[in-house]
Amino acid sequence: MISFTIDGQMVEGREGQNILEVALDSGFDIPHLCYNENVKPYGACRLCLVEVSRKGRSRLTTSCNYPVLEGIEVFTTTEKVLRARKMVMELLLAMCPGSPLLQRMAKDMGINEVRFKKEDKDCILCGLCARVCDEIVGAHAIQFAFRGDRREMGPPFMEEPKDCIACGACVVVCPVNVIGMKEEGDERTILRWKRTLKMRQCKVCGNYFAPWFQLEKFREKAKLPKDYFDVCFTCRG
Amino acid sequence: MKIRTKTDLEKIKERGIEILYPKGIKISVGMATCGISTGAQKVYETIQNEVEKSRLPIIINQTGCIGFCQREPVVDILEPGKPRVFYQEVTPEKAMRLVHEWIENRVIKDWLFFKMEDEEWIVDNKFWNYSIKQLPKGLDGAYIYRQIPFYNKQLKIALRNCGFINPDHIEEYIARGGYFPLYKALHEMKPEDIIEEVKRSGLRGRGGAGFPTGQKWESCRRAKGDIKYVLCNADEGDPGAYMDRSVLEGDPHSVIEGMIIGAYAIGAHEGFIYVRDEYPLAIKKLQTAIHQAEEFGLLGEDILGSGFSFKINLFRGGGAFVCGESTALMASIEGKVGEPRAKHIHTTESGLWDRPSNLNNVETWNNIPVIISRGSEWYSKIGTDKSKGTKVFSIVGKVNNTGLIEVPMGITLREIVYEIGGGIPEGKKFKAVQTGGPSGGCIPESLLDLPVDFDRLTEVGSMMGSGGMIVMDESTCMVDVAKYFMNFLKDESCGKCTSCREGTKRMHEILTEITEGRGKLEYLDLLEELGWVTAEASLCALGGTAPNPVLSTLRYFRDEYKEHIINRRCPAKVCRALLKYRILPEACTMCGRCAKVCPADAISGKRKTKKEEGIPFKIEEEKCIKCGMCFESCKFNAIEVQ
Repeated sequence: MISFTIDGQMVEGREGQNILEVALDSGFDIPHLCYNENVKPYGACRLCLVEVSRKGRSRLTTSCNYPVLEGIEVFTTTEKVLRARKMVMELLLAMCPGSPLLQRMAKDMGINEVRFKKEDKDCILCGLCARVCDEIVGAHAIQFAFRGDRREMGPPFMEEPKDCIACGACVVVCPVNVIGMKEEGDERTILRWKRTLKMRQCKVCGNYFAPWFQLEKFREKAKLPKDYFDVCFTCRG
Repeated sequence: MKIRTKTDLEKIKERGIEILYPKGIKISVGMATCGISTGAQKVYETIQNEVEKSRLPIIINQTGCIGFCQREPVVDILEPGKPRVFYQEVTPEKAMRLVHEWIENRVIKDWLFFKMEDEEWIVDNKFWNYSIKQLPKGLDGAYIYRQIPFYNKQLKIALRNCGFINPDHIEEYIARGGYFPLYKALHEMKPEDIIEEVKRSGLRGRGGAGFPTGQKWESCRRAKGDIKYVLCNADEGDPGAYMDRSVLEGDPHSVIEGMIIGAYAIGAHEGFIYVRDEYPLAIKKLQTAIHQAEEFGLLGEDILGSGFSFKINLFRGGGAFVCGESTALMASIEGKVGEPRAKHIHTTESGLWDRPSNLNNVETWNNIPVIISRGSEWYSKIGTDKSKGTKVFSIVGKVNNTGLIEVPMGITLREIVYEIGGGIPEGKKFKAVQTGGPSGGCIPESLLDLPVDFDRLTEVGSMMGSGGMIVMDESTCMVDVAKYFMNFLKDESCGKCTSCREGTKRMHEILTEITEGRGKLEYLDLLEELGWVTAEASLCALGGTAPNPVLSTLRYFRDEYKEHIINRRCPAKVCRALLKYRILPEACTMCGRCAKVCPADAISGKRKTKKEEGIPFKIEEEKCIKCGMCFESCKFNAIEVQ
């Protein structure tokens, strides 16, 4: 185990863990948007900033991708941390002023007004959808495009993503909930990516339970028998 | 032929000397990008055709850039027993004449650049003397190379061969001492000795951050792993900076040699040169150089018979500024999006393909052979306490002499601007010098006596960067300058970190407001706060230094910001939205020229003719689009700009 302190309190982490993970497990409250324990940390939103003191040198850093190290001292609420975090939050809110989550988080940090021109974007460019799609689903259907202030998240050429299996993992993981999914009759649509796929009907209950394309991909990957997905997850018991 | 022994190397050196200093006349044309862009190709072809047509006893040759890019195309003539003569701003017509005059043993004085009586071989620590026996007519009184203010404060280590050798001839590089340091390193030194030597030399990374090179090599050598890489960063992306391009185009072997020595010291057997695709000539020269080095047994298996093997791959960058950042560069080579990642574990331990990787800039690698040859003691005597050696700068902007200079660390900005740069053109006043590329800071006149080194530049809110230096005069608006760089950086930020992507964008937005007359005083504090967060909260050095142009101009030119905000005035008369054009009725001759050129129909009045009285012309402010056409067109100075 690796021992270090967070705000003066002794905590322990395992090799390979990062500060944020240990801090959250130990009950510390560090705001974060682009972090999800199931995928690799990325460090895009910059909200989980903390001050880390190591070998006598102290610096601001994101806690989501900072590996736990023996003897480091982590501070989560210094003046510097709060000041930087507040501005990052204000920048995010100016970008997506309509997001209820951002509004709530900003309010909690004491941000009452946005000093920048408000934009009407909704995506905070945290990249969680693409990371889940790459690392967990393995479909690689979406990714960042362009750079700088023109950066966007989406399928190649912003056309219907041919590799998307409409599994909905991106929908679930999106912290600001702007991807969206709709099921109507035998069709499922991932709204943001405009991907519609036909769904398969369960031989027992008759419900449409998952897209054909998705089930075929899973069956191939896991080398399952042909009739494996004839029955839905519920009816299989 | 593969070189295996020192005797082999010496034989090639002799051959190289014969090519460098042939028995007959040799005419060299500077054919780096700066030369070619001013017409060197035509000059070269003209001389070549003339030599063939008139069967002149002349060897025609190509070299790189000799540094004074402003005076390109540069042509030099070398003949045994005579001084080497350099001509500047040569055209095909001039070239024809000066060739024929030379054959008649005459020079054309008005076109002369300078003459040289000897040249320095810095690797060998000697001067090659031209053993002058005879002076062509008209050469007396010509400037000697060292007397030219542009050159006399320079010390050329990195640019040692640029302009003096043909980059396509490995023999010429060897003639001036090249690859002997490699021989010494491989046969007479242990890897640890080399690292110790580089550490003692005090060499710091020339890419901008100034990290001690020897220390980087040491941690990469110590890192666990069988496969290690050395990389060369040639993704020079700063606007107005072309130090690395010049080295690659004029002396590619110096970089290759440095990399082989580094690889041996670190224990790497494969290297990559990441060069931006916008440098086609540099890529071509590198390809040729790598190929030749392989042919001569300097790359590949069993280099110089030492048993050590090393190969170099060339990787062309796709045009993203951020790929000059180490981790983004490595991601790009791996075929991923060129985006920086956290470096809590250093790239010397886990870099390219998660293997220990040592990345240095072109100029850093290029310094290595000289350090190995001349020793750390000699090298560390050049420069200041904590910044050793020389640094190449590209000096551009509102300065009389523009080009590439190499100066010892510790030289003052004043010496660079006024002595080497020759001061400000048109008698205008100096205002600021921006060092360090787009994310460097603007340094005001009060700090001109600052010695240039890594730490001093950082102290005043700028940085060494890769070596861009832009001089600005009184007609430059500092708010506009900050806006220009912020525009560049907001486009070139990779967009990953909120603080960098949104921070640069918002700083640019606020600066636009100020330059367009919608500024508020509270914006100044907001800019400072944004700048602080962008620097502190962003992942890589791009975000970490991006606010420098804003913060440094706020620090040194705050009054100029205030003037824009409070009085809605741009003192330098640059910010168009703030300008007011007015026709002085007493000076107006009622010629009507201004009204005729005005594209917005904003000028009214009546033309005076022989028959009729006129009415002085007037500009309607609401209609005026501030294009300045009237001002340009008025021949009687009757229009004033405020």
